[in-house]
Amino acid sequence: MLWSYCHSGTRKSLFNINTRELSEVVVIGSTASLKDEEEFTDILEERRCTTDLGYALRTFNPQPYKGAPSSSTSDLKKAVLESQYLRYIIALETGSSVEKVRQEARGILEEMSHNLQLGFIRLMAYTVNKVFKRLFRSIYVNMEGLNMLQQAIQESPVILMPNHRSYVDFLIVSFILFTYDIPIPVIAAGIPLASMKVVGEILRRSGAFFIRRAIGSDKLYWAVLSEYVRTIVRTGCAPLEFYVEGFRSRTLKSVVPKLGMMDMVLEPYFKGEVFDITLVPISISYDRVVEESLLALELLGVPKPKESTTGLFKASRVLQEDYGCMHVNFGRPLSVRQLCEGKINRSEYNLIPRDLPQRPSTEIQDCVNWVAHLIVRTQEEGSLISPWSLMACLLLQAPITTLTEEGLQWHGLTEKTLWLRKLVLDFRGRLNWPDSDVMSSTVALHHSIVHHKAGRVCLVQDGDPASQDPLSPEEGVMRTAAAVLMLVSYRNQALHVFVRPGILATAIHITKSTQKDELFSFFCFLRDVFANEFIFIPGRASQDFDEACSLLQKCGAVHMSEQEVTVLETGLEVLSFLQKLLQPFLDSYQLIFRYLCENGAHVFTEKQFLPAVQNLATKLILSGDLHTFEVLSSDTQKNVLSALRRLEAVTKLRVNNNILSIADPYFFGKYIAIDVLLMTEIMNKRAL
Amino acid sequence: MCHTFPALTSDRSSRICSLLYKHGSSMASNSSGSDSSDRQRIAQQRLSVIAGHLQRPVEGNSGILAAECKAQGDKLDVSSERRTVPRRRQEIMKWNGWGYSDSKFLYNKKGQAEFTGKRYRLSGMIIPGLREWMESTFGANLQHKTPAAPILNSSAVQPPTLNEAFLKELKSTGIPFSHDAEDRVFRSHGHCLHEIFALREGKIGRVPDLVVWPNCHNDVVKIVELACKHNVCLMPYGGGTSVSSALECPPEETRSIVSLDTSQMNRILWIDEKNLTAHVEAGIVGQDLERLLNESGYCTGHEPDSMEFSSLGGWVATRASGMKKNIYGNIEDLVVHIKMVTPQGVIEKSCQGPRMSTGPDVHHFIMGSEGTLGVVTEVTMKIRPMPEYQKYGSVVFPNFEMGVACLREVARQRCAPASIRLMDNEQFKFGHALKPQVSSIFTSFLDGLKKFYITKFKGFDPNRLCVATLLFEGDREKVLQHEKQVYDIAAKFGGLAAGEDNGQRGYMLTFVIAYLRDLGMDYYVIGESFETSVPWDRVLDICRNVKARIVRECKDKGVQFPPLSTCRVTQTYDAGACVYFYFAFNYRGLSDPVHVYEQVEHAAREEILANGGSLSHHHGVGKLRKEWMRETISSVGMGMLRSVKDYVDPNNIFGNRNLL
Repeated sequence: MLWSYCHSGTRKSLFNINTRELSEVVVIGSTASLKDEEEFTDILEERRCTTDLGYALRTFNPQPYKGAPSSSTSDLKKAVLESQYLRYIIALETGSSVEKVRQEARGILEEMSHNLQLGFIRLMAYTVNKVFKRLFRSIYVNMEGLNMLQQAIQESPVILMPNHRSYVDFLIVSFILFTYDIPIPVIAAGIPLASMKVVGEILRRSGAFFIRRAIGSDKLYWAVLSEYVRTIVRTGCAPLEFYVEGFRSRTLKSVVPKLGMMDMVLEPYFKGEVFDITLVPISISYDRVVEESLLALELLGVPKPKESTTGLFKASRVLQEDYGCMHVNFGRPLSVRQLCEGKINRSEYNLIPRDLPQRPSTEIQDCVNWVAHLIVRTQEEGSLISPWSLMACLLLQAPITTLTEEGLQWHGLTEKTLWLRKLVLDFRGRLNWPDSDVMSSTVALHHSIVHHKAGRVCLVQDGDPASQDPLSPEEGVMRTAAAVLMLVSYRNQALHVFVRPGILATAIHITKSTQKDELFSFFCFLRDVFANEFIFIPGRASQDFDEACSLLQKCGAVHMSEQEVTVLETGLEVLSFLQKLLQPFLDSYQLIFRYLCENGAHVFTEKQFLPAVQNLATKLILSGDLHTFEVLSSDTQKNVLSALRRLEAVTKLRVNNNILSIADPYFFGKYIAIDVLLMTEIMNKRAL
Repeated sequence: MCHTFPALTSDRSSRICSLLYKHGSSMASNSSGSDSSDRQRIAQQRLSVIAGHLQRPVEGNSGILAAECKAQGDKLDVSSERRTVPRRRQEIMKWNGWGYSDSKFLYNKKGQAEFTGKRYRLSGMIIPGLREWMESTFGANLQHKTPAAPILNSSAVQPPTLNEAFLKELKSTGIPFSHDAEDRVFRSHGHCLHEIFALREGKIGRVPDLVVWPNCHNDVVKIVELACKHNVCLMPYGGGTSVSSALECPPEETRSIVSLDTSQMNRILWIDEKNLTAHVEAGIVGQDLERLLNESGYCTGHEPDSMEFSSLGGWVATRASGMKKNIYGNIEDLVVHIKMVTPQGVIEKSCQGPRMSTGPDVHHFIMGSEGTLGVVTEVTMKIRPMPEYQKYGSVVFPNFEMGVACLREVARQRCAPASIRLMDNEQFKFGHALKPQVSSIFTSFLDGLKKFYITKFKGFDPNRLCVATLLFEGDREKVLQHEKQVYDIAAKFGGLAAGEDNGQRGYMLTFVIAYLRDLGMDYYVIGESFETSVPWDRVLDICRNVKARIVRECKDKGVQFPPLSTCRVTQTYDAGACVYFYFAFNYRGLSDPVHVYEQVEHAAREEILANGGSLSHHHGVGKLRKEWMRETISSVGMGMLRSVKDYVDPNNIFGNRNLL
């Protein structure tokens, strides 16, 4: 009569992390997981040996969450509609009759609800299996993670939290879980998917539920959605899958998490409606992303094609291409109870009925924000860095003319890539480095971006070289930008490993200081300014700094003492690489700050802003005053605006549905001499 | 009738009235002739004794009064041999376990569990299912014994720190006292796990230095005066059933500690039949109070699970709750008047009005004061005619959720029977394991049939179903009507009536559970119960979360076997319910099991508070739960209580350090 689960070896490690250990997991998470790197299994291998139909019709008999009642989708909808919470909200909606509001709520729910059916799961599995076998050479899954997930699902409601880099992600988790007899999740999806003919319905029946974009202040919609999500979590009727980043990252860089869904998911725990919730971060990494060129164009302002079924068929030509391998890394399940221990006081819900809509305390909000960031960081740490990402880092540090014209020496590039590989390992990054010949094969895989010829590597530019139509210089910039941004997105896949030491390297470079205090305050400043660009777990500035220091020390770049950080001769190469890696971000931010200052107009709409910045940047690139194309990316521009809003330099107004931003003239008055050092000063002054 | 005795002081006259009335009433109610003549004889006897005392002046100095009440104690109390608690508790009770020395569970030579003694329904019976239940639930094994130290080693007890001046004056009052080691050890603990565990290991910490046995209110006045005069620490002791470390001597206390044992203040002073109240000395234990009142055709209806041993004064001091509170109310509803002796003097109200608007109710300073302000000496409480008819019942529900929903509906309709309790699945199985050996094949056949009907025919999952036990009281017709109403509600929640037997066994469980803990402790199993009250909408959540927290904490703390973590909803209120948790585990392989136990219990309490449960429904705070008082009642609330303490007892004479 020992603990029944002691027999299964994997169970032991499932929740045995206490909070102290957890913080270590956060900081150096990858060391623990490095050793099981070999344990990835190619799940397509088996699929290629059996018939697709046989696979789709396999017996599917998962072990569900032990507390879950067997409830149908209509039970779920009924529970939501009849919930006390929704009744409160409906009663609050004035203006129309209760019955009308209720009808409206029912409509919202119909539009939203998933309709998970095993038959369609089989259909999905059949199709996905066919497609994946064509697209990918292999799909690697870490079995240990899958085993832990299987255990966790029986213990408490599970939230699957993958990153989102490609449409292909959407059903991959369901596909894997179906293959391994684990309950199929319900998945939060954007409403455009639902409107696709046939496909929308298939997705709905494969477990997708659909959320409108830009819900804004539609209280009833929020209420229905949140009650729907909470009911799923509360009853544990199925694992819930959602993208904490909110949407597909166009830049392949992690996106600062959105908190709405996270809030809804965690609330049943905060209110004591469940004993615990398990969060499973899932890192999906691609050798090559299916929609890579679309992404770059979209970032440059070419609108993304609307999700439609015909579009999907048109896109079927992508099936002809080779996309290499895909890695799905199921992270260690995290207990919300353990994560939140000591961070929140759940008794704040004791004095008001839990069904009443209630604004969570700042304590709770901070905790949700922290958890969300932690998950994204964990996803980053769990993702695998491909050789191609490292090459992209290096290619982007070469002068653009070299890349577009004579090309980079292959020999030098491969040598430098091997050097970088060592640095990544020093920085505890997880590499996907299959064999010796990896570099030429990876370049071959990415033939749409670079070509390798006669010992040199050049950037491939669209339309090049056949059409000799003269392009305007501006068009030329855009054309190069499209190629560069593709490279940028692959570089971004490796960025999380370098960000912290990179920021320290930048701080050393700018301040020229050796004083730890000074470096730390500048480190914090940069961390603060770029908090919309990179994922930093809130409240962990000093840990981040310590991590950066120890990594730089480890790779022999600096020497640390109690008070000082001294650069070592041997470390110059590393520091210069890191500093150059982040330079495009500094350049982009500075450019936009300058634009806002010199523009004169303090009020502008976002519609004006984006092209104006692009024009300015194009001019500067042509004049040779700007060396980065990244500022052309709408993503960068949006991030800068968000950062400025967060720093309260810009406020957003809503006038007749035009979103206006107002730059604070006082704030920007101080920015005129754009110099990062001065920015620090301003920040310091503001802090006073 | 009282008018026939104009010379008597009022309380005595009432008592006589009641005696006379008892005579009359027993005639009227056609009870057996021999019984009534017996009573007559006793009444007459008492009357003559009382008449003897009536010659003395009532007003006099306190010394005389004290002597008088002792004289009463010696001569008047003809029924003293019928009182449960002697001065020397060791004569009938265990020194390191629960209850009577003659009653305990053990495994006989055949390895079957049996319950010894003659006192209980279960006494002398074989309980065939218990062993298997213990083995499968805890992984316990008859081969692995942890026997208790057999006798109390007096040399392990620290010699008393006596305050000679106090002792000298105490002697002159003639109030009995003792500094015998056994007497002192008996009053040094309640029944928390750590207290009993230490005793079983023969470990004895700080114990009171002296035990005094006042016989009446005036004795107490005298003792408190002397304690104040000589700066001696007083700790009131009633039934000794505390489960909040309330009786633990504060280790930091340097003064002489005197345990004031109220057990000899155990008389019903009068019964007022016109107002249906009884005036009772606070040391009386529950079973005596009920039995004596029953003899007059009355009851208080206050039946806490500990009622065999717990005392009226203890109920008042801890805000006790009885299982039949739905009819009779909790202690705060039952009490009409309280007399308490404090260092500042005696506190009591001037009249017995049933409700007053005279500022905050001073009774509420007393109720729940846990011996920190003074000694409750006399209480006037409501009484009721004994119910004409009692009926047990039980309902099986397919799962706990349905059961709770049913109880909630019963509370909503305000039709709760005298008692309604819902046991979860684990406790249902536990109750089942305590079924005594069935004598007839027919009964076991019937049992089998019932089980078949419920699990196979009705499709209840034996690992999910749970049972509610019911107790109805009142006149027969109304009881039957009420019963139907409750069963009809239950049916709406999938409940099936499961017979009177199951119900009755459920209630019996509460009396023997404390004995069972001693059996567990013989075999490496330790455990305890704790309780809370919680709003209705949180009942299910708190039950699930606290049980799960216990399991997880046990695992984290290295407990080698899954614990028993079970609960029941024991009381229903308009706005919520009382939930009772049992938690026990096999501690083989742990070096400091009590510490682990305390950590888990601590975590469970944190979980309760985080889930909107109260710090305590009726066990009180004592020293065990003190740390949560501030967050429970706010700093201002603490200040209020503190200032009362500072006024009433500035020198901390009542220094048990409970509550604050």
